[in-house]
Amino acid sequence: MLQSRFKMPSREELKKRMDNIPDNIMKECPVCHSTFFSMRAGKQRTCPNCGFGFRITAKRRAKITFDSFEELDSDVTVPKQYTDEKYMAKVAKAKKVTGIKESVLTGIGTLAKMKVAVGIMDPFFVMGSLGSATGEKIVRLFERATRDQLPVVMFTASGGARMQEGINSLMQMAKVSQAVEAHSKAGLFYLVVLCDPTTGGVTASFAMQGDIILAESHALVGFAGRRVIEQTIMKQPPKDFQRAETVIQHGFIDAIVPRSDMKKTLTNLLSLHTKENANGE
Amino acid sequence: MANKTAYERVTAARSPKKMTTDELISGLISNFFELHGDRSDGDDQAVIGGVGRLNDQPITVVGIRKGTDTEENIKRHFGSPEPEGYRKALRLMKQAEKFHRPILALVNTPGAWPDVDAEYHGIGSAIAQCLQVGMQLRVPYISIIVGEGGSGGAIALACGDRVFMFEDSIYSVLSPEGYASIMWKDSAKVKEAAEALKLTPEWLLKTGIIDQIIHEYHSGDDLEPLRDFLANQFNELKNLPVDELMRQRHNRYRKF
Ligand SMILES: [Zn+2]
Repeated sequence: MLQSRFKMPSREELKKRMDNIPDNIMKECPVCHSTFFSMRAGKQRTCPNCGFGFRITAKRRAKITFDSFEELDSDVTVPKQYTDEKYMAKVAKAKKVTGIKESVLTGIGTLAKMKVAVGIMDPFFVMGSLGSATGEKIVRLFERATRDQLPVVMFTASGGARMQEGINSLMQMAKVSQAVEAHSKAGLFYLVVLCDPTTGGVTASFAMQGDIILAESHALVGFAGRRVIEQTIMKQPPKDFQRAETVIQHGFIDAIVPRSDMKKTLTNLLSLHTKENANGE
Repeated sequence: MANKTAYERVTAARSPKKMTTDELISGLISNFFELHGDRSDGDDQAVIGGVGRLNDQPITVVGIRKGTDTEENIKRHFGSPEPEGYRKALRLMKQAEKFHRPILALVNTPGAWPDVDAEYHGIGSAIAQCLQVGMQLRVPYISIIVGEGGSGGAIALACGDRVFMFEDSIYSVLSPEGYASIMWKDSAKVKEAAEALKLTPEWLLKTGIIDQIIHEYHSGDDLEPLRDFLANQFNELKNLPVDELMRQRHNRYRKF
């Protein structure tokens, strides 16, 4: 009797419940330091006090930003030539956490019925670092967009180069840059959204190559790491010297857009760049 | 030379006895005339640029250079360019395209200068422009890693049709010190890092990152063989129809 009333959930069911438990019931905002129940961050995962957008997986971002999203190249992953055990373990864990096989999710999305090629970097996939397959997926996305005459929207979030892939990671900067330029020369629109954090080789390539460059509120945006700079100048750099709000003052960002306004903003900017709205040839 | 360990190669690449970027320019280029400034903010001393002749051919040269003494090294940040340096290089490279001159880029840098002002002045954006615009210039473009080729600060000027390295040079995603500290939290493990990074010219040639290794020259050597070699390389590239040149350059980087 008792047994039937308190039926043990199946193993699968337990696992599912586990996955639904947030890491922390309470969250602290790294920007305004207010603490709140995680639930209050909502579907968009923003601070209820200051609007800071917490780091989110690429899959979640696709879901909260686009009306529809169809993934491309979902099987492209770290090349077989890399066999280092520690690295492979990192990659395996990243795949599980993010549900994707490289640090960028690419696909075709729609916003208000406009078709757009979308790239979303995932900060939880080996820190969103730029692996060979990351570069490959981004290049294929730009090639596809050039062929199909589509705009590209790219959300960057990256710790920079993928150290484990050495010089091949560095080469991705060149490989992606030439795909961006081919897309640009075809007269197509490239919009970047700098997300927290955008650094290193990603900042020094496609993150800074957009026709329009937006940033999420308070996103960290820079090239060199804070520690490296500290060692060079032998003092503490100013607290917010690599925040979007500082970078915009130096002229490298067009606008800062809170996550809650992102969908509306993208829709507006994309519609301003459609063929129908172009004058003459 | 090929029997040097990776770390010995790092030391040799950084040796103060290495031929400097300035010496290379004066040995290779006749009638060199230096051109200053980025036309916007300043004139970064870590980057030298100008026009001259390689054998008979007019050419544009840009180069990242270290200093020969403390005073010069402080001015040049030990060969680490600021955004103004990359913008100066790109300005001169665009000018080269306008006048149909080939471009020779000499790279000797541990990486872009990591300080607060460089961030404020958009070091990431400056490198990104070198890649996006520099890579598409419709003139022959050859890069040589002279000593150190470190990180994004190096590839900014090392994305031409051909990339060569001197015997005593290194090219990597990060310095061995940086790699050791990131991967093992131990910046003393430089030797292991140098091995792991596979930064020697031999390895990079084998994997197609570079096209050829150049014999090491020393201060006072006659550079005629190198001059002739480079003139030949430029001629080969110049003989290609421009669209074919661009197609080959595209394929060179698309494969990585
Ligand atoms: Zn907050």
